[in-house]
Amino acid sequence: MRAHFPQLQHPNDATPLTYLDTAATSLKPQAVIDRITHFYSKEYGTVRRGVYSLSQHATALYEQVREQARSWLGAALPSEIIYTKGTTEAINLVAASYGGSVVQAGDEIVVTEMEHHANFVPWQLLAERRGAKLRVVPITDTGEVDLGAFADALRGPVKIASFVHVSNALGTVNPVAEMTRMAHEAGAVVMVDGAQAAAHGHVDVQAIGCDFYACSGHKMYGPTGVGLLYGRHALLDQMPPYQAGGDMVDVVRAEGTTFDAPPYRFEAGTPPFAQVIGLGAALRWLAEVGPAQAAAWELSLAEETRARLAAEVPGVRFVGEAPARAGIVAFVIEGLHPFDVGTLLNEEGVCVRVGHHCAQPVMRRFGTTSTIRASFGAYNTRDDVDRLLHALKGAVELLA
Amino acid sequence: MGATIEEREAEVIAELKAFPDWKDRYRHLMELGRALPPMPEDDKTETNRVKGCQSQVWLTARCADGLVHLQAASDSAIVSGLVALVLRVYSGQPSEAILRTPPQFINELGLGKHLTQARANGLAAMVKQVKLFAFVFAQQALAR
Repeated sequence: MRAHFPQLQHPNDATPLTYLDTAATSLKPQAVIDRITHFYSKEYGTVRRGVYSLSQHATALYEQVREQARSWLGAALPSEIIYTKGTTEAINLVAASYGGSVVQAGDEIVVTEMEHHANFVPWQLLAERRGAKLRVVPITDTGEVDLGAFADALRGPVKIASFVHVSNALGTVNPVAEMTRMAHEAGAVVMVDGAQAAAHGHVDVQAIGCDFYACSGHKMYGPTGVGLLYGRHALLDQMPPYQAGGDMVDVVRAEGTTFDAPPYRFEAGTPPFAQVIGLGAALRWLAEVGPAQAAAWELSLAEETRARLAAEVPGVRFVGEAPARAGIVAFVIEGLHPFDVGTLLNEEGVCVRVGHHCAQPVMRRFGTTSTIRASFGAYNTRDDVDRLLHALKGAVELLA
Repeated sequence: MGATIEEREAEVIAELKAFPDWKDRYRHLMELGRALPPMPEDDKTETNRVKGCQSQVWLTARCADGLVHLQAASDSAIVSGLVALVLRVYSGQPSEAILRTPPQFINELGLGKHLTQARANGLAAMVKQVKLFAFVFAQQALAR
């Protein structure tokens, strides 16, 4: 597995890279790098604009990935997959286009306290623009959504409920199918932020039942600058464009413009087609690895890390101890600043994230401003856990 | 202690380079941080917080007889050490000298095993803030 990742290859004398920040972005397998290089070197041409073979070939590749993405997320139709820049843009698209057309003064939008800022602030801005109310569902001491409070929040005039599938700051895996069912019964449309879930297990949007689902290519072993938005066709079809530009229109006249059908209505301008094709290679690579196996492996490494931290490093407090969790371990060490710990781990070649993880409400909930987070990918090994623990003990000793 | 900013920078760089092991460099740096005069809690405000640092850093300045006097603190042990270095180099210097002198030690500190990480550790942001204070004091002196 590690042989697939050029960044994990190093000369014998060098400090090995201990990469534990997959929740921020994953390293890239050679297959993805090769695919992009080959496309740029031999196949490059614009999509959906050319009569020449080069463009037609690139368009075919671009649309094949849409079908791959449909299958990956379990959508019914390829036209339900919109290419975006990433999860952040996907949520902003839904907030602006769907939210902008349905949310009125007095309406409510429900999110949870564990949301990444990307699934919090767009809704907050929408609520402020419309005179609507943003309801934030509290989380429990173990870092789970309080489902009783969620049910209470849904009693109001809720138009949209948006929540995370797997929390980047806590590692919690939310019961998204159940939450979707509850929100639907309350008459709300449901968006799920799948940034941390889409490459770490099997996702099936139809089984979840959600109306929108978003993820980022760069967290899925694919390139930066591309992401996926799943939207149920019946909703997408009614939604106004998010951005306007080339290739999203039907007829443009001075008196008015009519727009193309989904997904193209939401893909204004020249899309990041090389990245899309790279993402296709990432999905193929992930399918070969087996997403369920990869997720189980990542979880086992995370659990080993938790157990060893608890046993071997005094003063560790975990932030996020939900029974249903993914390969993400967030913690603080009593008396030590996460920044200092992260800085010293870096000296040993160990990459962890320290900070608020773009989830300040979570930090506030757990009485801290920042945590140390180790997050695992398919390429991590038990040696990485060893090196983390070794470096961490050294850092604790140095900082004591 | 040297008189000019350049001399003090050279001292700070030499002092840290005297520790061949990066762990010892960090240990020394954190000792310097612990020795900082405590900053009044009332000064640890949002206004006094230096933006662009991953840990919290507060910095205040006053000008007396054309010299800039700094006080600063951080909640991070490592950054407290960097704060101590910044104060040693710049505090008590004339505002024009602070503005004139390019911050050599940002590039030459050689703190860690790999890189200086001036941007990541907030050192660059602190020096920028010190220069902003010096700029304001210099402007005020001109206006007088």
